[in-house]
Amino acid sequence: MSMTRRDFVRGGVSAFTLGFAAPAFLCDLARAQGSVARNLVVIYLAGGNDSLSMVIPYNDPTYQLRRPTLLIPAGQVLQIGTDSAGNAIGLHPRLTGLRSIFNSGRLALIQRTGYENSSRSHFTGTDIWSTANPANSQGPGWLGRYLDTIPAPVDPLAAWNTTGQTPHALQARLVGVPAIPNPATYAFQSPNSGTNAVDERTYATRISSHEPVGRPHLAFVNATSQAAFATLDRVASVATYTPTVAYANNNGFAQALRAVAGALSRGIGTRVFWVQTGGYDTHSAQNTLNGSYNTLMATLNEGLFAFYNDLSNQGLLNNTLILQFSEFGRRIQENGSQGTDHGAASIMMAIGGQVRGDIYGTAPNLNPADPANPTLENGGNDIRHQTDFRSVYARVIDNWLGGDSVAILGGDFRSGAPQIL
Amino acid sequence: MPFHDRQMMHVLRRAGFGARPEEIADFAGRGLSATLDEFVNFTSVPDDVDSKIGTPGYAGTTSNGAFSPSTVINDARQRWLFRMLHGRRPLQEKMTLFWHNHFATAYSKVAGNTNALDGTRMMAAKRSEHPGRLQGQLELFREYALGNFRDMLVEIAKDPAMLVWLDGRTNTRRQPQENFGREIMELFTMGVGFYTEPDVYAAARVFTGWNLQRIGGANDANGYYQFQYIAGNHEPTAKEFSFPIYLNGSKTIPARSPADGMQDGLDLIDALARHPETGRRLARKLWQFFVSETLPPDDFLVGRAAAAYQQNNFSVAAMVRMLLFSDAFLAPANHFTRHTWPAEFVIKALKEIGHAGFSMNTALTPLVNMGQQLFEPPDVAGWDLGPNWFSTGAMLARMNFAAVLTSNQRINISQDARGKGPTPEALLTMYLDRLSPADYDRGAYQDLLDYLRAGGTWTGNDAQIGIKAPGLLHLIVGSSEYQFV
Repeated sequence: MSMTRRDFVRGGVSAFTLGFAAPAFLCDLARAQGSVARNLVVIYLAGGNDSLSMVIPYNDPTYQLRRPTLLIPAGQVLQIGTDSAGNAIGLHPRLTGLRSIFNSGRLALIQRTGYENSSRSHFTGTDIWSTANPANSQGPGWLGRYLDTIPAPVDPLAAWNTTGQTPHALQARLVGVPAIPNPATYAFQSPNSGTNAVDERTYATRISSHEPVGRPHLAFVNATSQAAFATLDRVASVATYTPTVAYANNNGFAQALRAVAGALSRGIGTRVFWVQTGGYDTHSAQNTLNGSYNTLMATLNEGLFAFYNDLSNQGLLNNTLILQFSEFGRRIQENGSQGTDHGAASIMMAIGGQVRGDIYGTAPNLNPADPANPTLENGGNDIRHQTDFRSVYARVIDNWLGGDSVAILGGDFRSGAPQIL
Repeated sequence: MPFHDRQMMHVLRRAGFGARPEEIADFAGRGLSATLDEFVNFTSVPDDVDSKIGTPGYAGTTSNGAFSPSTVINDARQRWLFRMLHGRRPLQEKMTLFWHNHFATAYSKVAGNTNALDGTRMMAAKRSEHPGRLQGQLELFREYALGNFRDMLVEIAKDPAMLVWLDGRTNTRRQPQENFGREIMELFTMGVGFYTEPDVYAAARVFTGWNLQRIGGANDANGYYQFQYIAGNHEPTAKEFSFPIYLNGSKTIPARSPADGMQDGLDLIDALARHPETGRRLARKLWQFFVSETLPPDDFLVGRAAAAYQQNNFSVAAMVRMLLFSDAFLAPANHFTRHTWPAEFVIKALKEIGHAGFSMNTALTPLVNMGQQLFEPPDVAGWDLGPNWFSTGAMLARMNFAAVLTSNQRINISQDARGKGPTPEALLTMYLDRLSPADYDRGAYQDLLDYLRAGGTWTGNDAQIGIKAPGLLHLIVGSSEYQFV
């Protein structure tokens, strides 16, 4: 944990505690703030996604040479057409649901997204994607900064993180984001029962309502407890959600999306959701067609397609935007471990009822022979970005969330943004 | 009733996992300085904690079949928690936890690439339990808890669990693979900013040939993995770095014959252990672990600790001693400024509330919900510490563990509190001393009293104590004041 991040937590505590809405107003607030209705579901593929195995320029003659064991033959990719430069593009064979969404015109693939001097560190890279600031990747995240623009008092369920710890992208100055990995266990237990248990919840809520004098670190924990108490009952309503489709029980990613669908279906007013799925750091045994990457794609496809259909069945698709990213792409040349090392640009995806489905950007030319090949960097080893990821964020903030991307991103990244919305 | 000495309680919380009443009495009889000495010189205390497992008077364990911590990961988790709760070498156990976070390795990948039995062995077996008399990674952390960091790095580079976790065992000569080469610089030693991308590529080549071999058949229950340097897999050309590798300032590891190539890795590890940023980075992490998370690391003390590391042959003990015997460590302003890790929180609550009839197995799922499953850090950077532990879900999980524990201990709590609550104030005073949370401000203190009074007249009779004492302990352990050491 860096000093800067802790400093911001310390600085933010007081305002956070005071700016918090009292539980009595929450339902009104949720209605008022939720009436915007649009929501954003951010999906983070943790570990650095090998975009070349996900969205595949399968006719590139160099692809086969640089991926001798990992390549997916043209006959097996799910061919979806060509990009604007005429490169034939195919999806990983397990992404059948995504192909179906693409064919419905609701999947946007944004090739070669990244930034200049891409970090090859998981942690620095994640911080940069989280803050949208390659120069100084500390402090609140880009989604946190958006949440901070919501007029106070802010609904404590304005955002919902489905992982155990608040991701950097959602860290805000004024707004605490609840971590709700599982709505069913997000409840307050007591050693006693009946009125005694009710008393305990009452007093636990009171005890955490104070701001310990001169001890902002305690005040921060109290604010967390207050957020928990303020969100318990609405989350309980999500725990009883019955989806319209089956979400695989053994797929944690799908289960997280099931909870998100429940929150949307119940209309509890959340605007930003965070869902994460890991295992993308495929240094070895990536075995694109029958090994770890194949499993990753199956997990992704299964969860996303169930979620898409569940929302579609309930007429919620037009209010939902799914945005996927990863902290970096991977090396073009496979290593000797049947895996790939840390690289640069990768793929972003957007899915939703109002998304203009298409293949955005152009595939890299994988031939390193030409040192001036503008689609590669690092001596031809890595894919160079074509679309600045911040321009995608800008598009989402301006055209979907109704925010001001220039203020939130600290700069004007609107030009060159793919017209996905 | 004499109140506990605040300095002593601080030492026991910070350098250990808190203390049971009889432990407090024992340490108090010896005094602060002797206690700290014993913590640091822990080899003077018998390492007999494992022999207490399954004996009366200690917390229990629960497993499918015979308790087997060297082959079943949940049993390994229970044994480790048992050591934290009952061990007589608190600082050794505390540093073991520190190293688990520093060299964060996840069982799921290790076992996923091998199997549950081999995975558990690689993570947690003791030599006496291992068919090849090797030790699992946890035992390595215990052995080097306050040991020589350079030697520890060598052992880590050869550690079977690490070789699976960061893919070292698939590193090849022709196309080196960078996972371990990157993280040993980024996370285990100097940190980001002090190496370049070409350094990563060179480090990957350095460690080619550092591999595993299987002894015994793949399905042989007595088979196992051990380190092996495979000369034929080593990439023998010279490797150039951006920082000095040798004492004469040379930045190049010379070309060597494959047979001698293992020396490449030893040379790089020497250079990394010696790099000035390594000592400083370790000292900063230890400062945050032992002194304070609410103040930035003190440059002067960090500098002195880093110097002690360099002057004492990369001794972690020298660094830790420098910190624990500093004025800053004991300063009252620094008390309760470290956010407890979930494992620390659980063990402290067990020590302070009681463990009779409690199975360590009961703590495993709550720990997952609090965000710290042992042997399962989220990634190679370890857990996000400090305020990052405190999401709403994780805080609820802490409160709910307090509910489970106080419910589980209701009989002990009630017996213990019998007659000690003539007034709500008396009962609260007793518990605030025993549990040693940070001080409550007036408002929260009044809320705790009001809770005791809620629902009728205070009588302090057995029936009321049987409800209110567990309820009060639940509120204290679930309050922000209790989340810090």
